[in-house]
Amino acid sequence: MARIIVVTSGKGGVGKTTTSAAISMGLALQGHRTAVVDFDIGLRNLDLIMGCERRVVYDFVNVINQEATLNQALIRDKRNENLHILPASQTRDKDALTKEGVERVLNELSETFDYIVCDSPAGIERGAHLAMYFADDAVVVTNPEVSSVRDSDRMLGLLASKSRRAELGQDPIKEYLLLTRYSPQRVKLGEMLSVEDVQEILALHLLGVIPESKAVLNASNSGTPVILDEKSDAGQAYMDVIRRYLGEHVPHRFIEQERKGLFGRLFGS
Amino acid sequence: MGLIDYFRSSRQPTAAIAKERLQILVAHERSERSKPDYLIALQKELLDVIRKYVHVDQDAITMTMEQDDSREVLELNIVLPDESERRPMHR
Ligand SMILES: Nc1ncnc2c1ncn2[C@@H]1O[C@H](COP(=O)(O)OP(=O)(O)OP(=O)(O)O)[C@@H](O)[C@H]1O
Ligand SMILES: [Mg+2]
Repeated sequence: MARIIVVTSGKGGVGKTTTSAAISMGLALQGHRTAVVDFDIGLRNLDLIMGCERRVVYDFVNVINQEATLNQALIRDKRNENLHILPASQTRDKDALTKEGVERVLNELSETFDYIVCDSPAGIERGAHLAMYFADDAVVVTNPEVSSVRDSDRMLGLLASKSRRAELGQDPIKEYLLLTRYSPQRVKLGEMLSVEDVQEILALHLLGVIPESKAVLNASNSGTPVILDEKSDAGQAYMDVIRRYLGEHVPHRFIEQERKGLFGRLFGS
Repeated sequence: MGLIDYFRSSRQPTAAIAKERLQILVAHERSERSKPDYLIALQKELLDVIRKYVHVDQDAITMTMEQDDSREVLELNIVLPDESERRPMHR
């Protein structure tokens, strides 16, 4: 039985796909058989971020429509054999995903994988609903910014009421806060909501803080999940997230403004 | 960052404003969520009825639903305008 993790947010562009790529690769690096599924039908992008866009033959919707088998559609990651990617389709048909179809695919994935990471589209429409419906855990990706925090709270309401677990009266989905694009400098200047502020408002367990980082664009440019950039702040922050998720106690980093060395103080901005 | 910017930004800690606005908004939206679905429609219809007789604003009416083991209490609170501002729509 796999554990199903949804990466969700409500608001668009906050870092869900970046996070899905990073945590699925992170789980694979820790030796767990992991599948990452792109639920953003019509706006497939996970393949690009994972660097497997030229290897897409069949997609999620083909499998749902039984035009291809799951094994034909799954792309094995070239860097880590534990990791497989199920790309979204580029169809413009909004109804391509069905609850029964998604359930069937997730059940089949459950037979061979330890973790299934669902990259949710933005919004609260069908794709976002189905991405979270079957989840056991939810990583709520939030930027320290008013509309993102509000949408995250809205999403928390949906996770608590519109999921399979809620409808069957089972234990609720475990919700985790992942604060991304965090800038300690701007927090210090009083220009950006702090980790404490966001936690106070959302009252969620903090899985991690990912700093605003140049490494993220470099990683997406080259199709490499940023977690593989071990020297980068964002890569390290995502690795901490994985270890925390798997139960290790790892203190939070990248929350305080880094003190510059003498060189930085003399020549930095 | 220039000196002027520095003083300006330290005088207006916008993050604090953001936090306060969010706290109010999120508390409001959570209480809306916990209401049964029909309550919003009921609130709107009641408001329409009241407006046939008195001129009141959208926010002049508040409705709360409280629940304990044995009963549910629906509390309706309407703030009527001053005598001078009242303008009856019907007679
Ligand atoms: N920690 C970060 N530092 C800097 N840039 C980031 C960070 N995280 C994400 N970004 C950038 O933000 C943009 C949006 O990221 P991403 O595509 O992961 O968001 P998304 O939530 O999946 O968007 P959508 O809602 O459209 O699916 C990208 O350009 C990405 O490079
Ligand atoms: Mg995305």
